[in-house]
Amino acid sequence: MNRKVARVLACLGAVLIFLAVPATAEAKERSYSYIYDYWGDVQDAPDPYSVSRVFTYTDLGLDQNLKAPQGLTVAGDRIYVCDTGNNRILELSRPTPQTLQVERIIDSFNGGTGPNTLSSPMDIQVSEDGNLFIADYGNARVLKLDPDLNYLMEFTKPDDNTLDPALVFQPTKLSVDTAERLYCIATGINKGMVKYEADGVFSGFVGATKVTYDFADYIWKKFATQEQRALMQSFVPTQYDNIYMDYEGFIYAVTGSPEELDIKNGTADVVRKLNLVGDDILVRNGEWYIIGDLYMGNGGGYEGASYFSDVTCFDNDIYVCLDRNRGRLFGYDDQGNMVYAFGGNGNMDGYFRRPVALDHMNYDLFVLDELDCAITLFTVTEFGSLIYDAIDQFDLGEYEASEASWREVMRLDGNYDLAYIGIGRALLRQEEYKEAMEYFELKYDDENYSKAYKQYRKQWVEDHIVVIVAVILALFLIPMIIGRYKSIKAEFETAEVFRYYKK
Amino acid sequence: MLEALTNKEKWNRYWDSLKFSLYCMTHPIDGYWDLTHEKRGTMAAANTILFLSVLIRLLKLRYTSFIFITVYWEELNIFLYIASILFPLALWVVGNWALTTLFDGKGRLGQVYMATCYAMVPYPLIQFPLMIFSNFVTVDEAEFYGILSFISLLYAALLIVTAMGQIHEYSFGKNILFTVMSLVAMLIMVFILMLFFSMISQGVAYFISLGKELLFRM
Repeated sequence: MNRKVARVLACLGAVLIFLAVPATAEAKERSYSYIYDYWGDVQDAPDPYSVSRVFTYTDLGLDQNLKAPQGLTVAGDRIYVCDTGNNRILELSRPTPQTLQVERIIDSFNGGTGPNTLSSPMDIQVSEDGNLFIADYGNARVLKLDPDLNYLMEFTKPDDNTLDPALVFQPTKLSVDTAERLYCIATGINKGMVKYEADGVFSGFVGATKVTYDFADYIWKKFATQEQRALMQSFVPTQYDNIYMDYEGFIYAVTGSPEELDIKNGTADVVRKLNLVGDDILVRNGEWYIIGDLYMGNGGGYEGASYFSDVTCFDNDIYVCLDRNRGRLFGYDDQGNMVYAFGGNGNMDGYFRRPVALDHMNYDLFVLDELDCAITLFTVTEFGSLIYDAIDQFDLGEYEASEASWREVMRLDGNYDLAYIGIGRALLRQEEYKEAMEYFELKYDDENYSKAYKQYRKQWVEDHIVVIVAVILALFLIPMIIGRYKSIKAEFETAEVFRYYKK
Repeated sequence: MLEALTNKEKWNRYWDSLKFSLYCMTHPIDGYWDLTHEKRGTMAAANTILFLSVLIRLLKLRYTSFIFITVYWEELNIFLYIASILFPLALWVVGNWALTTLFDGKGRLGQVYMATCYAMVPYPLIQFPLMIFSNFVTVDEAEFYGILSFISLLYAALLIVTAMGQIHEYSFGKNILFTVMSLVAMLIMVFILMLFFSMISQGVAYFISLGKELLFRM
C-alpha cells in the first residue's frame, strides 16, 4: 500500500516538474527599460529612471480629486498642474526631493473684461519675468497674468481670413520665449503654431507640417466627383499635439496623428525641432526613425504606433517623448539615437493609463496621468546619471572622463550600443585611432569608423613613409637592375672578343 | 583514379581550359564560339569557376568591411546563401536549354551550364580584390566600391548573354529574345515549384492528421 502511494506521489511529482519547467522557461517578460540595437532588436537595459513617488490629491493635501488634468509645467522651482476638469491650476513647490506642496490654487484673477475665472485650462507657461500665460480653453482665450494674478492681456482668435469664421478658438498648448512672444496650438487650426508678438498682435502661423500625399491619391481626386471628394481624406497638414520650448529657444513639437504606415516608413515626422522661422532642424542620424516603438503589433489591447503626447528637453539636448498609447517614455540624444525607453501601461507605480504631460526639473521627470489623476516623479538612477555624465563630459571636452563614464555604463549594460560608440568617440578625440576603430566596428558605426580610419591611415602612412618609398623604389629598381644585368650578360656572350676564347 | 590525378596531360588541359576563361572574358564572341565548337572548355574548369564564385560570395560576408556589408549572423543560413547562387543558375540553365532546344539552339544542357559558368568569371575576379580593397576605404570613398561591384555583375550578365548567342548560334535579335524568354521560363518554373511544394506539404499534412486521428480513436 505504502509503495503504491509513493509511486503515485512520484508520478505526480514528475508531472509537476514537467509542467513547471517549460512554464518558467517561457515566462520571459520584456524588462521595464530597453533600447533598440543596431538591428532594431529589443535589448533589455537597466532602468535609467526609477519611480521616486506617485502623487495623488491626498498626497498633495487637497480635498477634491483632480479631474482629467491636461497640463504640467515646471518653471524654476515651481510645478504647475492644470486641473482642467475642476477649472483650476495648482501651483506646487518641492520643499524636499520627495514631497510636493500646494502653494497656490489659481482659479480666478483680478481685472480683465470677460469672466475672471478659468474654464478648462489646458496649459500654463511662465515667462522669464514671471508672468503667467494660461490657455483658457473654455473661454476661447490665452490669458497673460502678472505673478500676483492681475490681468495684463489676453490673446484671442487670430484675425486671419483663411480661418473658418465659425471656428471657436480653443487653445490647448503654449510656449513663451524670452521676449514674451507667444506660440500656441489650438484645436482645429492645422496651419502650425499661432504666433503672437509680445504686444498681443497675431503675427502669423509658424511651422506647419508639409502636406504629404501620394500620386495615386492625387489622380483619384482628380477624377472623383464633389461628393466622393468630400468623403475622401483631405490632404491637410497634421496638427501638433504638444510643443515645448527648450533652453535655446527652439520648439520641440510632437504629433501623434499621422497614419501608422507613414510613421513606420518615416514619411511622417512625429517629432520636430522648429527654429524661429518654423523650419525643422531635428537631427536624424540614428539608425532608426524617431518614432518611439519600432514594433506596432497588437498586444495587450494596444496597437498602432506610439502616440507622442508631450516632449521635454534637458539642457544636454537629450529630449524625452511621452507615448500616450503604450505609456512609455523615449529618450533621444542630439543625434537622434535612442538613449533609453521605459514604462508601460498598467496600475503599478511607473506604469500609466493615459499619460498626457511631461516636464523635467534638473534630470527628474514629472509625468501627469489623465485617468489616474496622478503625478509620477521619476528620479535618475546610477545607470541613467552615468549616461548623462558621459554625454556632458564629452560636450565639455573632458574626453578621458567621458570615456571612463561610458566604460562604467558598458560594465552595467554590455548591450548598450551608445556606450561603445561613446567610448570610440572619446578615444577618437584622444587620438587613439586604432582602438576607437575597434569600438565603432563592434556597433557598426560606419561614419565615426571612417573618421577614425582616415586619421589612422594618414598616421600609418606618415610613420611608414620610409618603408613605402623603399618598397616603391625596389619595385622599380629590381626589374631595372635585372634587365640591365641580363643585357650586359647578353652583350658579353655575343661580344666578338670573347667568342674567340670560347672556341 | 590515382592515375587520372597524376596524368600530366589532363592537368595541362584543365589548366589551359581554366586560362581560356580569361580569354573568353576579353574576347567573348570569339571565345565562346571556340568554347564549344573547338572544345576548348572543360567541365572541370566550369565547376572550378562556379566553386570560386560561391566561395567568394561566402568570404565576402566575413571579410568585406562592415561599411558595405553588415551581416545579422543570428539569422544567416549558409545553405540558403549558397543556394542563392546555385538555384537561379540551375533555373537559368534548365530554362534556357528547355526553350532553345525547341527553337533550333545548338547548345546542349551541359554546354549551356559550362558557358554560363565561364561567363561568371568577372564575379570572383573583381569581387575578390574588391573585398580586400573595401577594408582600406572610408564611407566617403564608398562610391568606388559600389560602382566596381555593379560593374562585376553587369559584366557577368553581358557575358552570359553573349555566350548563349554563340553556343546556340543565334543572331543578335534572336539571342536577346530568348534571353528574355528564358527569364520568363525561370519565373514559370519558380511558380510551378511553389505550387508543387505547397501541394505536397498539404498532402503530407493530410496524412499526418489522418494518422493522428486514428491514434486518438484507438
